[in-house]
Amino acid sequence: MATEEAAGGLAFHPMDQFLVRPLFGGTEINWYTPTNVTLWMGLTVLAIVLVLVVGSRGRAIVPSRMQSIAELTFGMVHKMLEDITGKEGLKYFPYVMTLFCFIVFANFIGLIPTSFSTTSHIAVTAVLAMLVFLGVTILGFVKNGAHFLGLFWVSSAPLPLRPVLAVIEVISYFVRPVSHSIRLAGNVMAGHAVIKVFAGFAAIAAIAPVSILAITAMYGLEVLVALIQAYVFTILTCVYLKDALHPGH
Amino acid sequence: MATTTEEAAAQATDAVHPMLPGTDASGSAVGMPQLVFETFPNQIFWLLVTLVVIYLVLSRIALPRIGGVLAERAGTISNDLATAEELKLKAKAAEATYTRALADAKTEAGKIVAAAKAEIQADLDVATAHADAEIAAKTAESEGRIGEIRAGALEAVNTVARDTAAEIVATFGGRADAGAIDAAVAERIKG
Repeated sequence: MATEEAAGGLAFHPMDQFLVRPLFGGTEINWYTPTNVTLWMGLTVLAIVLVLVVGSRGRAIVPSRMQSIAELTFGMVHKMLEDITGKEGLKYFPYVMTLFCFIVFANFIGLIPTSFSTTSHIAVTAVLAMLVFLGVTILGFVKNGAHFLGLFWVSSAPLPLRPVLAVIEVISYFVRPVSHSIRLAGNVMAGHAVIKVFAGFAAIAAIAPVSILAITAMYGLEVLVALIQAYVFTILTCVYLKDALHPGH
Repeated sequence: MATTTEEAAAQATDAVHPMLPGTDASGSAVGMPQLVFETFPNQIFWLLVTLVVIYLVLSRIALPRIGGVLAERAGTISNDLATAEELKLKAKAAEATYTRALADAKTEAGKIVAAAKAEIQADLDVATAHADAEIAAKTAESEGRIGEIRAGALEAVNTVARDTAAEIVATFGGRADAGAIDAAVAERIKG
């Protein structure tokens, strides 16, 4: 990045915002070190508690605004899970809700200027995706035994095609966690980096108005992306869960 | 010589301020911080802690509470709807009672009107008959008087004509007996 610093005093450090730093100085990052990851994940938990626990404290029949948000979130994920996996999928509602809440709140908190986006890190999204992948795979085998392998054997296809389809199905099954995680981290990271690049251009007075307009527009887009990516991650989790509960096409 | 001093200085800085993983000497990121594997254990550890905390908060407190509120609301709404349905039926029954009462009252009123009409008609008939009788009596009386007057007038005309005729005959020097004059006058008046 230092090479780009040369011309006209423009300084582009679009990736600096993603650096993991220890909170209390030092440069060593052990697995237990409190870092900005800790801080912003903690704030995510705080926000979730504020909206879903404190917000619903009134238990009002006619909800307050905060309680409405909590109920809408609950209702949306609950309906999504029920629509896709059916009644038997509702057992896993707390897990799906945990994923959705973490991603959506982390995404929105990451939109606060100068904040740190935990969901922009592939390490985080990969763990989320692997949790879903492993959970769904284990659940599929526990629930259906060897019958779960029927997921890869497309019985509605003509017999000669089935082995070919099985190979494709197996590959697509194992690609799932990769696309699942990179989609989220990539979207969040790209948006934040682009905003930073536009912000770098604002150092030139002539371009500054355009730059600020562009930042505003990107920010609006990022707000959409924050919600949509959380939604997409959750809906894919539901779809994978459906495959585990009802294998076979 | 100069370069070695710089290197030494750089090494000294490094020794005092070791660099953050994934950064250059200026403290900026080198490449993608997402791919600095030294930070992975830290991120994964804190992510798992976060997820567990969120899961516990949601499954122990938030979700049962919100689910309860939603169920309660659904119950309240269906109860209210049932009550509303009941009240609607009651209102319908009340309306039917009212309609029946109204119809009864209308029939009753019709009867009263008819009775009043009949009574009035009877009174009217009696009064009309009475008036008719009175009028007939008055007419008869008047006709009698007119007949009298006419008879009187006829008599007077006869007398005047006879006297006048006798006077005229006498004036012309004639002599006429009363019988002839009477006959002539009677014939003329008749004619």
